[in-house]
Amino acid sequence: MSSHSIQIRINGRVHQATVESRLLLSDFLRDEAGYTGVHVGCEHGVCGACTVIVDGQAVRSCLMLAVQADGCSITTVEGLAAADGTLHPVQQALRDTHGLQCGFCTPGIVMTLAALREAQAAPSEERMLAALSGHLCRCTGYQGIRRAVRQLAGTPAESAHE
Amino acid sequence: MKPAAFDYYAPSSIEEACRLLSEAGGGATVLAGGQTLMPLLALRMSQPFIVVDITRIAALKTVTRGDGCTRIGPTLRQNELIAHAEIGRALPSLVTAARHVGHHQTRNRGTVGGSIALGEPAAELPATALALGASVELRSLRGTRRVPLQDFYFGPYATALEPDELLVGIEFPDWPAGTSWLFREIAQRPGDFALVGFSGAVTVQDGRISRAGLAWFGMGPTPIRARQAEAALLNQNPEQIDAQAIAQLAIADTAPFDDHHASAEYRRTVGRRLCAKLLSETLPARQAA
Repeated sequence: MSSHSIQIRINGRVHQATVESRLLLSDFLRDEAGYTGVHVGCEHGVCGACTVIVDGQAVRSCLMLAVQADGCSITTVEGLAAADGTLHPVQQALRDTHGLQCGFCTPGIVMTLAALREAQAAPSEERMLAALSGHLCRCTGYQGIRRAVRQLAGTPAESAHE
Repeated sequence: MKPAAFDYYAPSSIEEACRLLSEAGGGATVLAGGQTLMPLLALRMSQPFIVVDITRIAALKTVTRGDGCTRIGPTLRQNELIAHAEIGRALPSLVTAARHVGHHQTRNRGTVGGSIALGEPAAELPATALALGASVELRSLRGTRRVPLQDFYFGPYATALEPDELLVGIEFPDWPAGTSWLFREIAQRPGDFALVGFSGAVTVQDGRISRAGLAWFGMGPTPIRARQAEAALLNQNPEQIDAQAIAQLAIADTAPFDDHHASAEYRRTVGRRLCAKLLSETLPARQAA
């Protein structure tokens, strides 16, 4: 069993650690680096709750080893809001539209949408919805999340009884 | 810790990776995108002694065109394939297939070679590569060999790849102008494996079908070529083909099974209709264009 010295930039701050090869990136981020906004749901790549941004790409952190992230730059949900507490536009949209209830799946959804906006200034509603197929939410029935996506895309809101 | 303990190596050259695989004597597993391997490790369904991460080998990521083929490096990510303009022009059905693999987040990590080498019978990329006549280059300390995909898949997750061998390239022959591209799958939700899927390419030259490659996924223990249907299409006028009869021949080469998602009979019925619809929609349209 090998252990490895790694260096990862998380939310702009450099973290150095020695990790066992089998440590998952999701567990490293939560348990060793303290970013508990990384929610661990299914732990085998189905639910999307643990999604973080690695070098600009939304990925499931439970499907990466911590050692694989050596040299990478990672953003978790803790890294999105401004220092004064102003929410990221994706967070604000979900808040405005009741896009969350228990909030367990929310950080993953936020990171997927934030990564799309990082790659492309104004991703289309269709593109955002397609990317959200990789996330499971058991509370909202997805309608609030869809409203948030519409708000982000700038498309008119549908009636309350959709 | 969820996975069992293992030693991790991230070699920077193909030779080093092959040496690690050879020395491990079957106890090593290759890690590419990890979108299948990581759950297997976390669930301890797979407990290798050594994990060889090949994503830091630059030579395995390259895409080259020339000598009548497109050669794709195995660690090209699925989303990189989708965004690759040259591949999009040369092999449109491969890009369409990639769009159906998993989800956006898994395609950011998942690789083309990982999917091809895994041999999941319901996966999109192996069947599409099979239909397009692709072959794989396998490297070990013993040497290099090329295996056409039609000789590569033996059963679910069972391939010709030996434990000491590394997939180092996937070669797709060029298809001429006048090729129509076919792809469709039926799945319960976006991102799910296909219950039934069909992929292919059909070339029309001088009013006759000169080349056809067709394959099923989710229709048996491996991706399956529809050889009888391919043979029946050759030299036909695409406007006069009997799509129902060709679809019947295509189904004759399948071996679907019952599982908790769908029955074999459902798969045959839906597959026959899907194939006939694709052929009748695609071929005359190309002829008219």
